[in-house]
Amino acid sequence: MSRLVIIGNGVAGVTVARHVRKRSDREILIISSETEHHFSRTALMYIFMGHMKFEHTKPYEDYFWQKNRIDLKQGFVCAIDTDAKHLTLASGEQIEYADLVLATGSQSNKFGWIGQDLPGVQGLFNYQDLLLMEENCQSTKRAVLVGGGLIGIEMAEMLLSRGIDVTFLVKEERFWGNILPKEESVLVQKHGEQHGVKFLFNTELHEVVAGDDGRAKSIITKEGDEIPCEFVGLSAGVHPNIDIVSQSKVAVGRGILVNDYLETNIPNVYAVGDCAEIHVEEGRNRIEPLWYTGKMQGEALAKTIAGERTKYERGIWFNSAKFFDVEYQTYGFVGNEPVDNISSFYWQHPEKELCIRINYQTDTQVVTGINTFGIRMRHEVWENWLANSCKLKYVLQHLKDANFDPEFFRRYEQDVINTFNAQNPNSQLSLSPLHWLTKRFTKEQTHAK
Amino acid sequence: MQNNQMAWISPVRKSGLSMFFIGFLVFVGMLFVNNFTLTDNALKNAIGNDTHRQLIQPHLSELMDKTVSNKVTFIESVRSTFSEYDETLNDRYTISSTEIDAIMAEVKGIGHYNLEILPTVFGSVYDESAYKTKKLSDYTGWLAGPQGKPLSEIEQVLREKSAEINANVTDVTNGKRIYAYETGQYIYGLTKNASSGVVAQHTGMFFVLSVLLGTLGALMYIIPDKYTGPAGIKNNNVFTNSATNGGLVGILVTVFLVAVYIALYFFPEYIIEWVSLVDPMFKALNGSGAGSWSIYGFIYTLAIVVMGVRMFIKYRHSKYHIARTSSIIFFQSCFAFLIPEILIKLNQPSTDLKNMWPLDYDFFDAWNLDSLTSSGGVGMFILVWGITLFVVAVPLFTYFFGKRWYCSWVCGCGGLAETAGDPYRQLSDKSMKAWRIERVVIHGVLVFAVIMTGAALYTYFTGVKTLAGIDTYTLRSAYGFYIGALFSGVVGTGFYPKMGNRVWCRFGCPLAAYIGFIQRFKSRFRITTNGAQCISCGNCSTYCEMGIDVRSYAQRGADIVRSSCVGCGVCSSVCPRGVLKLENGAVEAVVDQSKKDDTVQIVQVMTPEEQKAWVN
Ligand SMILES: Cc1cc2nc3c(=O)[nH]c(=O)nc-3n(C[C@H](O)[C@H](O)[C@H](O)COP(=O)(O)OP(=O)(O)OC[C@H]3O[C@@H](n4cnc5c(N)ncnc54)[C@H](O)[C@@H]3O)c2cc1C
Ligand code: SF4
Repeated sequence: MSRLVIIGNGVAGVTVARHVRKRSDREILIISSETEHHFSRTALMYIFMGHMKFEHTKPYEDYFWQKNRIDLKQGFVCAIDTDAKHLTLASGEQIEYADLVLATGSQSNKFGWIGQDLPGVQGLFNYQDLLLMEENCQSTKRAVLVGGGLIGIEMAEMLLSRGIDVTFLVKEERFWGNILPKEESVLVQKHGEQHGVKFLFNTELHEVVAGDDGRAKSIITKEGDEIPCEFVGLSAGVHPNIDIVSQSKVAVGRGILVNDYLETNIPNVYAVGDCAEIHVEEGRNRIEPLWYTGKMQGEALAKTIAGERTKYERGIWFNSAKFFDVEYQTYGFVGNEPVDNISSFYWQHPEKELCIRINYQTDTQVVTGINTFGIRMRHEVWENWLANSCKLKYVLQHLKDANFDPEFFRRYEQDVINTFNAQNPNSQLSLSPLHWLTKRFTKEQTHAK
Repeated sequence: MQNNQMAWISPVRKSGLSMFFIGFLVFVGMLFVNNFTLTDNALKNAIGNDTHRQLIQPHLSELMDKTVSNKVTFIESVRSTFSEYDETLNDRYTISSTEIDAIMAEVKGIGHYNLEILPTVFGSVYDESAYKTKKLSDYTGWLAGPQGKPLSEIEQVLREKSAEINANVTDVTNGKRIYAYETGQYIYGLTKNASSGVVAQHTGMFFVLSVLLGTLGALMYIIPDKYTGPAGIKNNNVFTNSATNGGLVGILVTVFLVAVYIALYFFPEYIIEWVSLVDPMFKALNGSGAGSWSIYGFIYTLAIVVMGVRMFIKYRHSKYHIARTSSIIFFQSCFAFLIPEILIKLNQPSTDLKNMWPLDYDFFDAWNLDSLTSSGGVGMFILVWGITLFVVAVPLFTYFFGKRWYCSWVCGCGGLAETAGDPYRQLSDKSMKAWRIERVVIHGVLVFAVIMTGAALYTYFTGVKTLAGIDTYTLRSAYGFYIGALFSGVVGTGFYPKMGNRVWCRFGCPLAAYIGFIQRFKSRFRITTNGAQCISCGNCSTYCEMGIDVRSYAQRGADIVRSSCVGCGVCSSVCPRGVLKLENGAVEAVVDQSKKDDTVQIVQVMTPEEQKAWVN
């Protein structure tokens, strides 16, 4: 028997299954407890706001699984026996495996706040959370969000769409301050405020207070301020879901410990996605709780499982998000605080919520990363520039090539160049023209690698 | 802070909605305000053909000079009169055995056969009375008078002769028939002329209370949206609102639209008040006044303009949508609406210059070709223009810009779908099954259109009425009925609130099928996917009006090259990660290795505050 069993039907587990199927004919079974079919967790907010129904968030039609002979089982795995190579489900059923992939994802962080488990207090990670939030918001007028990250801003948008007042407690001095530099933080904050979010910075949750009905009725901050609210959203990050795995012989740290091949300490057992903690020789182990990385890890692992042992290499880093109406993309590395030998060129539109930050090595001028808000950039171009260690002058002069905004949109490359020239009067740069006509009649060009 | 500034929005929107509803109620209500009285005058005005009028008039006698307040009763009585006239035609012109019996009864009374008996038996009111009297007189005149013939012989002769007459009854009745097309015209004309004309006499008032009030209300509902917050994609509650999620309100709208389409295509006599409503406007435009399709053209254009304003506001952050909506409004109001009316006024053949075969399926009809070729320069221009459009313009523009240059920038069907239909785009079926059906059906319609047109042209040039045993005219009318009326109108637009706004364009339009081929196999247009940024959220697929599963491409990082894509650009707008971009060709940069290492002299970097001060 050579059955591959995958625990978790999130993007990581499903990607492994699909790519193993492309390469082999073996039996594949995905066990997951949350929903019968794979859906896109990232779209939870859109279901709540009525942009979509749950069905729309399923990336594959229901017939897909049977057609590709990927067996599905909805159930909760409560024990993993790596010696006998079998799993036990909550229903008591035992399932044997030849290879086991752990793709159990994340859970919302809770930091032991008083009252954190009261009705009306919740995180947002899975489908059940969404149903709960729907229920909790029925009579909610005011909400408090704790922790200033991406899921938090999404919850804020969800709540505001129902006319619920949102107060956002942020531990740091600025929004998403552990990732974004100050200017970008402020831009997002201002935009959030335009939508009606009230931010309280340098503010931490101390306690959630219950009312007579046993539900949350207010929160108290570390400073002792009380804020009345019927809903408390916990969005202070996520951590790997290792509840079950930690009771087995599979080694865990913060997440399930794996090497670059996503192999655990036990042969034939792998971990992938949010739950995996990748060992790093020097420095802190990596946990990558992202959709993109879950997918890339899944692709690499599928090769290994199908017999072609492949390292997971995440390549040029990128990420993207949307804060209400402002889209954000980043390529390469842009730190939240100034770093030695890294300089920043920053441009911001005087009125609109648009900005670009390009970081480069101060001595060589090799570009190391970009943050862009409100202007879409072409992934391949930036990947190419960063992989080729292009220098600042080249990047700025060719910025048009990287634009990915829809047609007819106002373009800002000239404004960016003007700003640079004004800052550096000794070196006047100019945009290299887009060869409109030649581009119209030439075939695709390949990238220099 | 915000709430005070926005306090005015809700009352204005609510009043707007009420005004729209009142306007709508008046609009529908006016269909029921008239009484109907059929008079000699009405009959004369409605039925210009004297023969037809004389044939039908006696049958309508029961309706004459009576006032009917129920429109349905009136119209259906007239209709049943016509259909009874038609159905009983042969019977009525046939001398029946009962009639012979009646004649014989008379004969027995007098003792001999006499021609004066005939009118008393056949009557004198109807056309067939005179006919039967005349025929039998001709055939049996020699039998009349006291000749001492035995009754049995008279009867035998009468029966033989009437059988002889009856044998050729269809020769006679064929000339007496009033065919369906004319019947339709007469019913419409009778209804119009019999109407008490309440709307026609007060068009101004009715226009203000219905169209103007409704339009104003709609704008009051739509425009304040601009002030409810920052620009951006706002699809909140689309799937919880029963108007947009295919629920009850959607169903009611569908029922209304389907009813209107059925009335327009098959029972225009029910909407004569709407025609009167726009009659003065059309008189001013084209010199001759409104027909039953004028009101349709007018409301259609109005819907595109008003809902186009909604597009301007909803997508105010996107120049792409603003540009294509402006284009749609321009082509609808000028090319589809104004120019054809002006051409009529100038006594020229009138046409919508942006429409083309095979969507415009009667372009190659004999009457159109005759009219174009016989009306001088303008006619010839229209003919050459129409052919150039689909032979040259389609391949050329589609090669450079994709199908969108027509389907979401120019076309009227597309224009309605992109404006009035925008609230329904999410209802299209995205399943693989739907895609399979789509390919079979739309290409089937294209084949049908080509065969139908080919056959019509064959008949036009050779004069031979059948091709491979099929009557070319039947083929053409079948196309007009099933595809032209039922598919593109009743289903295509009527079902917006249930099946999405592009049902016709996706499953039925033969022109879309043709342009789609070029887009799929020979065009620079594609939707490109930005690297690996897709989070499979599903917004793009959900809001694709053509039911393309955009996500299935985006999450693989594949370009989207699909024949059905009309390039509306909404997938690109709703994508929360900026993954999708409509592009005319691949615009990819290569790193120029000779320049990439150039450095620049960096003197000092302004702080962001200084920079802002500088920019300001
Ligand atoms: C609201 C929200 C928005 C997000 N937005 C973004 C974004 O914009 N961009 C981005 O990159 N990332 C985003 N993320 C993060 C991203 O969704 C995750 O990184 C990704 O879904 C992780 O995928 P996974 O397959 O590793 O795990 P998961 O998707 O968490 O799947 C794990 C599955 O395993 C099941 N499971 C766990 N234990 C067991 C067990 N013992 N038995 C049976 N089943 C079990 C769970 O029920 C779950 O269904 C977002 C997350 C959330 C919650
Ligand atoms: S909307 Fe964008 S992120 Fe969402 S599925 Fe489509 S392409 Fe992917």
